[in-house]
Amino acid sequence: MADPSRVSGDPALAVGVSIPRVDGRAKVRGRALYVDDLTAEGMLHGQTVRSRVPHGVLRAIRQDPDFDWSGITVATAADIPGENVVALIEDDQPALVPIGGRVRHPDEAVALVAAPTRARAREAADHIELDIEPLPASFTIEESLAGEVVLYGDDNVMRRFDVQKGQDVERALAEADFVIDGTYRTGPQEQMYIEPQGVMAAWDDQGACRLTGSMQCPYYVHKAIARLTALPPEKVVIAQSVTGGGFGGKEEYPSMIGAHAAVLARASGAPVKLVYDRDEDIGATTKRHPARVHHRLGVMKDGTIVAQDVDVVLDGGAYVTLSPVVLSRAVLHATGPYRCPNVRIVGRAVATNVSPHGAFRGFGAPQTTFPYERQIDKAARQLGIEPFEMRRRNMLELGDETATGQTLSYSVGGPAALARAEAAAGSAPPRELAPAEQGTPVRRGRGLAFYYHGAGFTGSGEEKLAGRATVALCEGGGFEVRSSSTDIGQGTLTIFAQLAAAALGVDVGLVRVPEPETGSVPDSGPTVASRTCMVVGGVVERAASALRRRIEAWADEQGIDAPMDELGRRAAGELGEISETAQYSPPPGIEWDDDSYTGSAYAVYGWAACVVDVAVDLDTYEVQVERCIHAVDVGKAIHPIIVKGQIEGGTLQALGWALWEHVAYERGSVVNRRMTDCIVPTFADAPELETIIVEEPYPHGPHGAKGVGEIPMDGPAAAVANALEDALGAPFDAVPALPEHIARALAQAERAPVSKNEREVIS
Amino acid sequence: MNLRFSLNGEQTALDVSPWRRLLDVLREDLALTGTKEGCGEGECGACTVLVDGEAVCSCLVAAGQVEGREVRTVEGLGDGAVARAVREELVSFGGTQCGICTPGIAVCAVRALEREPDASRDRLRELLAGNICRCTGYQLIVDALECAAARGRGEGAE
Repeated sequence: MADPSRVSGDPALAVGVSIPRVDGRAKVRGRALYVDDLTAEGMLHGQTVRSRVPHGVLRAIRQDPDFDWSGITVATAADIPGENVVALIEDDQPALVPIGGRVRHPDEAVALVAAPTRARAREAADHIELDIEPLPASFTIEESLAGEVVLYGDDNVMRRFDVQKGQDVERALAEADFVIDGTYRTGPQEQMYIEPQGVMAAWDDQGACRLTGSMQCPYYVHKAIARLTALPPEKVVIAQSVTGGGFGGKEEYPSMIGAHAAVLARASGAPVKLVYDRDEDIGATTKRHPARVHHRLGVMKDGTIVAQDVDVVLDGGAYVTLSPVVLSRAVLHATGPYRCPNVRIVGRAVATNVSPHGAFRGFGAPQTTFPYERQIDKAARQLGIEPFEMRRRNMLELGDETATGQTLSYSVGGPAALARAEAAAGSAPPRELAPAEQGTPVRRGRGLAFYYHGAGFTGSGEEKLAGRATVALCEGGGFEVRSSSTDIGQGTLTIFAQLAAAALGVDVGLVRVPEPETGSVPDSGPTVASRTCMVVGGVVERAASALRRRIEAWADEQGIDAPMDELGRRAAGELGEISETAQYSPPPGIEWDDDSYTGSAYAVYGWAACVVDVAVDLDTYEVQVERCIHAVDVGKAIHPIIVKGQIEGGTLQALGWALWEHVAYERGSVVNRRMTDCIVPTFADAPELETIIVEEPYPHGPHGAKGVGEIPMDGPAAAVANALEDALGAPFDAVPALPEHIARALAQAERAPVSKNEREVIS
Repeated sequence: MNLRFSLNGEQTALDVSPWRRLLDVLREDLALTGTKEGCGEGECGACTVLVDGEAVCSCLVAAGQVEGREVRTVEGLGDGAVARAVREELVSFGGTQCGICTPGIAVCAVRALEREPDASRDRLRELLAGNICRCTGYQLIVDALECAAARGRGEGAE
């Protein structure tokens, strides 16, 4: 087997080569330090006391008088030095519910405990009693829309977005040859990073607060802690420790844990480490938003799509948190990578008494990709058009216009991704049993899904963020990249080293990329939205180029002609540390109108096609994914192995969401809070993944790169459901499709051989 | 109790409650933080160590159970051909991303390949099924271990 890392190439041109990850050696030897590996003199362990009531008014917090409270610190909302808010989009979420305040979900933090050991902290937390006067609660999208319990505004709708294109969509649907009408549900999903969330906090003699923890976005935490502590920004320092996975789950919640650790550390006068146990992490932190999507697709006999009417509802949970942004992305991806002259999309995020739902890879797009890819598959089936051909007839190509009226003028990798996936997949396995398998009750099927994903923040988001990064020439002639983009496993440290080395013209070994600490790195924006390589990587490249020009100008003045590594050493000796900081500037022609939701929703899109072959055991209804082919257009793979790892990791999370991962709630509370019953795929569940990297360069990305992190999550679930329908002849319009759901769908199909959706087709 | 056991090849004695988790004794008392906690219930495998050569979840082992036994952690895998191959190929094939599961996988893989140097890809998936990774989709780990196995058999370039 060829070793992929040993690719020859000019070391100065480190891009496109899979160098060993810069953090790899420490990780395989167990030397990388995660937050729970850190300790400090006199450190205490924190524990959180939670409401356990979905909705109510907090009347009292009582400490058991018979318990030995020596050495234990208890903190409540009264101990918060600044504003009692976890600052994000709206200021509606308190860090700790105050006496007299409203409890809005069962995992709401009410009190905090710190003790010298974790065991003692847990014990003390169990001796704090809460008096909460219960109120009626609502737990589902339907209950929220019914409005009997009002949790937000006067109708529970936290945010609404509308997209309109073309003529009246009802008329367009009436004029279509066929209308496919379906309602789709996608379930909550747990990120299940293997490192549970945690933050360590300490206050120094000067009254400054320092937090170190597992996180994606140090500056989000910084903003939240500055307001919570009422400290000036320079007195709050947030440092990322090596982070054991995030997938969106460590985008917002570290601000909450950080707030709790900071309050406990201040109240106790000692450093406090607050690391969640797995059950607490599953129960309290954010999940993917559950969604209900009603989709009507108008098509002509030749397969041409003429209208799409989409109604999207997300369960936002108890506080606004990131729901408006997730909803925005769900809406903007709701009609797929298809030409369609007439579009109506309505999106709403609604409030329930459930722990807030939040960011998870894909960020709303998987919830709307599943419906449209089921719909187009049903249309193809109805019309007798082969699935690849159906997509080909409608897919967006160079020069076409999206649902928001954006003309695609570059980097449209859809056609190539579809063609590459089709070629790799070859012919589908026979649905009938092979003679050797006679007697084994297995049914096989193949499903396709085709989709796109906007890279970076929506519309003018990146321009407003104005992410910055610095590249410095340091003492001794080494270089350092300073940005707030975190490496949570996805390879930021390595690709930034590569991009800087290539721009500087030095060996990648000369470039150091430390984990960010807000005191010493500029704000590059959050590590989310498939933006790290494409947006921040581009800024790193520009800062490195500026630094190189500065060093070369100095060398010219000095009359020195030497390679860059030598120039760096000599310049560092003469000038000391010098650095250049660059800031994001948007590519030309990107215009977006937030009021009408029209224009360039994203500067560029990634494109993908996924083919899944399933085998369903008709005795147990267990589904085996026999093949999974995923062709993904990433613009340019800066580090092909890291890109492959991103695609494959996202693909398996999507297969998990489709087939195995089920978060069960009772009265707003997760009941399967253990890895034993809240399962994710293992080595034995995962199929061999066939990954195809497609490169349609983005002219404004570093070396042509665009986003890759999220798109692999968007489509495989639809491919699985399409394969299940192909295998079993019954529709699968919800994820996850657990064995019991498959059994039920088959029983229903037997009772009514024509599926509900097909019966509703108007011809 | 005064617990005596062999830790990474060295005789170790310390005074601990026999009921504490081996995981905590390793991490807190012996500062061997390479062994990670992911779930605390023997499901994720991040805390895998070898006890008398068997891969176990140290979160499910009481300290008293290792009295007189031989415990090996990721820090003590040594520089034998298989251990080196496993570590190097995990890095070069992208078999580590966030890295929190990696020590457990390295421990489990070294044991697996020492016992079954000819393990196929499917067999490797079975042998590693107790170690959960959420980042990679497993493909690149299996690629890495397949290559490490070949090196262990003397087939690959050192």
